[in-house]
Amino acid sequence: MGARMVPFAGYAMPVQYDFRDAFAARCKGGVLAEHLHCRAQAGIFDVSHMGQASLHGAGAVAALERLVPGEIAGLKPGRQRYTLLTNEAGGIIDDLMVAKLGDDRLFLVVNAACKVGDFAHIRAALPAGVSLEEHDDRALIALQGPMAATVMARLCPPAAALPFMGVAAAPIGGIAALVSRSGYTGEDGFEISVPAGDAEALARLLLAEAEVIPVGLGARDSLRLEAGLCLYGHDIDEVTTPVEAGLTWVIGKRRKMAWDFPGGAAIRDQLDNGAPRLRVGIRPEGRAPAREGTDIVAPDGTEAGSITSGGFSPSLNAPIAMGYVRRDLATDGTAMSLTVRGKPLPARVTPMPFVPHRYIR
Amino acid sequence: MSETRYTKDHEWVRLDGTIATVGITEHAQEALGDVVFVELPEIGREVEAAEACAVVESVKAASDVYAPLSGTVTETNQAIVDDPAQVNADATDTGWFFRMELSEPSAFEDLMSLDEYQTFLETEA
Repeated sequence: MGARMVPFAGYAMPVQYDFRDAFAARCKGGVLAEHLHCRAQAGIFDVSHMGQASLHGAGAVAALERLVPGEIAGLKPGRQRYTLLTNEAGGIIDDLMVAKLGDDRLFLVVNAACKVGDFAHIRAALPAGVSLEEHDDRALIALQGPMAATVMARLCPPAAALPFMGVAAAPIGGIAALVSRSGYTGEDGFEISVPAGDAEALARLLLAEAEVIPVGLGARDSLRLEAGLCLYGHDIDEVTTPVEAGLTWVIGKRRKMAWDFPGGAAIRDQLDNGAPRLRVGIRPEGRAPAREGTDIVAPDGTEAGSITSGGFSPSLNAPIAMGYVRRDLATDGTAMSLTVRGKPLPARVTPMPFVPHRYIR
Repeated sequence: MSETRYTKDHEWVRLDGTIATVGITEHAQEALGDVVFVELPEIGREVEAAEACAVVESVKAASDVYAPLSGTVTETNQAIVDDPAQVNADATDTGWFFRMELSEPSAFEDLMSLDEYQTFLETEA
């Protein structure tokens, strides 16, 4: 369908699509228009580069719990949860989705750039009888936006009836799909895992619906930033802890009693004594975006931290960013200065998400 | 009678007497995508050829705009600061960036003609 491709994690990825042909009547094209269309109607994203795998065998749940701080044992079949692979220092090896398909069967979706390492890390921790099966033969298509459920109701009623973070196997136009009610835009929507050979047919089926356009990686990034969601390798990494990242909600209640996950002691210590820095939302004044790597300066001129994701919010028609600042500066409304092209740019700490989430409840 | 020439940084330069009007080419605006922010030089600033003196940012990235030739900035286009999308809509006319008085107007002849720029685009692709 024509797309501007960029390399990402070893894949050629569509950063934005060409709307001069097939979808011109639905969307004028470009990252801004793709973004706004997804907030107003619906869009599909090809995220097949992400790593999909299943963990099965008696003890699969306990095996995964040894690697993540999330409550996996208590996860009901047919539900999924966002969690983290942590290291012994409490840093984040990756963030991932874990779906429970059955008592001894978990389905994982991990980041493309991390998948080789993640799968090796998980495999190294597995007891006999539990195995990790990688699904490089599966594609992943996300359908996101306020009209996503309306579209899904026409094509696959059981999927449209899923609750937020629900997961079910259901055929879409005869294609065997594993559908979850989730996404990375802050909108209601679905992530649809299908055999790679069926991906094009699924995309065509979804794009045949009048509300749907293809959305590239450019808008995927601006949508997730507006939603305040972390991008691995930028906003979180192996030297960032869940406490610093504001992701302590991923730690299950039971897990907080035992602290029996990698980095548990370090994370507990940060929770008790405070982390040195915290992830915050930042609104620069004016229209100039402050990009990743921009230094943040405190009102007294001292170093405050740096921006980890920054760009322009199409929904707010203003620049937005997230980054890490010293704990004493991490209060909403705190004034600070961003060093953009050598000049100070006034900014304030602001609550996230920048655009309210509209997940189905 | 004005003439337009082009730079390897994908800028167009229109010369009227000793005053050059500078903007980015259609190719550049297309490659940048939706422009959301423009920063223009101070009027009166003296610039050297190839000196970064303006900034254009799309949703995706920030890019510098360079002085195509040496001279002094005489005028800037506030309209694209107020409405950056104008750069995408009309890059080669109302989406101009700044005007400058050239210190050596003869250097204009060293810039590429439209034909040369189009050949340059093909070799760059």
